Amino acid sequence: MRVVDTARRGEVTIRDLSKSFTLNGRRLDVLRGIDLDIHGGEAIAIVGPSGCGKTTLLRVLAGLEEPDRGDVLIDGAPVHGIGNQRAVIFQEPRLLPWLTVTQNVAFGLEVRGTPAAQAADRARHYIRLVGLAGFEEAFPRQLSGGMAQRVGIARALTVQPEILLLDEPLGALDAMTKLTMQEELARIWREEGVTMILVTHDLEEAIFLADRVLVMSKDSTTPTRLIELDLPRPRDRSTPGFVALRRRLMAEFGLH
Amino acid sequence: MTLQMLDSPALATPPSRAFLARAGQGARKAAARYGLLLGFLILWQVGSTQGWLNATVFPPLHLIFAALWDGLASGALIDDIAISLQRSGLAFAAAVGLGIPLGLFMGQIRAVEQALDPILQFFRQTSALALYPVFILLLGLGEASKVFVIFWATLFPILLATIGGVKEVDRKLIEMARTYGAPRRTVFLRVVLPASIPSVFVGLRLSATTALLLLIAAEMIGANRGLGFQVMNAQYNFQIPLMFAAIFLLALLGLAANFTLVTLQRRLCRWAEAT
Ligand SMILES: Nc1ncnc2c1ncn2[C@@H]1O[C@H](COP(=O)(O)OP(=O)(O)OP(=O)(O)O)[C@@H](O)[C@H]1O
Ligand SMILES: [Mg+2]
Repeated sequence: MRVVDTARRGEVTIRDLSKSFTLNGRRLDVLRGIDLDIHGGEAIAIVGPSGCGKTTLLRVLAGLEEPDRGDVLIDGAPVHGIGNQRAVIFQEPRLLPWLTVTQNVAFGLEVRGTPAAQAADRARHYIRLVGLAGFEEAFPRQLSGGMAQRVGIARALTVQPEILLLDEPLGALDAMTKLTMQEELARIWREEGVTMILVTHDLEEAIFLADRVLVMSKDSTTPTRLIELDLPRPRDRSTPGFVALRRRLMAEFGLH
Repeated sequence: MTLQMLDSPALATPPSRAFLARAGQGARKAAARYGLLLGFLILWQVGSTQGWLNATVFPPLHLIFAALWDGLASGALIDDIAISLQRSGLAFAAAVGLGIPLGLFMGQIRAVEQALDPILQFFRQTSALALYPVFILLLGLGEASKVFVIFWATLFPILLATIGGVKEVDRKLIEMARTYGAPRRTVFLRVVLPASIPSVFVGLRLSATTALLLLIAAEMIGANRGLGFQVMNAQYNFQIPLMFAAIFLLALLGLAANFTLVTLQRRLCRWAEAT
């Protein structure tokens, strides 16, 4: 298992991270001094009301945005810009329509300079892992939404990142597919031993997948909170512990 | 079960039944597609021979095909085809060779595109045919001005379609490629270029049509060879069947150009189910 020899890999440290945008001439402080330590191999869920800066935080972590202040450290070293340790899974699959499933999954590796044949081999392994065996030669337009999203997940896994950044990856899926995909994400996370940082608006999804939940808020008076999820795995949505946690998280949002 | 019983005679001779059914289906498809064209041709032929149409303006089809055959056999029309192909082919190739690379470049660099867009729009709106006299003044009445006017008219559809294609590439796909660490060159070759191909083809097909239009116009105005010239010349000399033969060849040229481009597009854009 990779978990043993990569115990310290995939560690993310966020120090006093701030980011603001100017919108219609007004300054908008989206991220206000965020501090967070994420252990290697941990699963963190980020929740919060719409517009509170979840995507912005994830984009800063991905290196797609530069913070105004503060640092992101990976395995102890500060990072700027895009790096090979991280892979991003977006809300949309973002597949290249002119490539087959295998070619799409191999894309990340090829871009990083892996020879095509070797990349295709690795791609086929991850296509099986996400349960798409038999669709290797299909084009994206021939796939359902859930299948396309799985191709996107396989593409991110193929580059074997230490850290997987997911921005509402299951947000566009129907309820049934979503449940199946949550199970698959839990399995993949366990098998691959990656650090998973998952933005979601689905509290149940957060409790099902994460070790800890970061609750962000929109107004500057409420600080971000971190909630420990002390539940045994694999998780079962109907256990009293799960239900109690869900109630507590909903209370955080002022819902009852 | 009931179906099989009702259909029992079919069981005796299933292959021939199936074959007939398929042949019938094929014939119906062909009839739906080419029936109207065939009807039009029959009406022409019958109308012309029966005197419903003025036979001097609309000669019967067999006379037109005889003129076509004579022209091809004597080599006179072959010469016209060759020179017309050369003019439009040269101009089209030059427009493709300049328009696509320039469009790919301009589409990517906003500043360049914004600086050049007004002048492009202005040139595009100025009919190439209106500029033909200017080109004649500059380049003389020979081949150069003819090729240039066709080139001018075909350049803009290709250029604008390519720029549009590049500009409309999904930003999200580019961002995705960047998160895997793709350098600019790789993003261009693996995302921007393939994504703009369908749009480039729209420009190419439009340009091919324009090339033919300008070819005919240029050859009618100041040429002594070429299919466009032949249409005019045959009309002057009252060789109406020959005139129609030349028109037919021009139509064939257009169809062939479009067919070639559609086939090429199908092969390159199998993923998009080309139309
Ligand atoms: N590029 C940008 N320019 C200006 N403002 C931006 C930009 N990106 C985000 N914002 C603003 O930052 C705030 C946070 O946006 P963000 O996308 O991070 O929210 P979010 O928490 O992901 O919301 P949602 O749950 O709806 O996805 C919003 O008010 C948004 O208007
Ligand atoms: Mg968001």
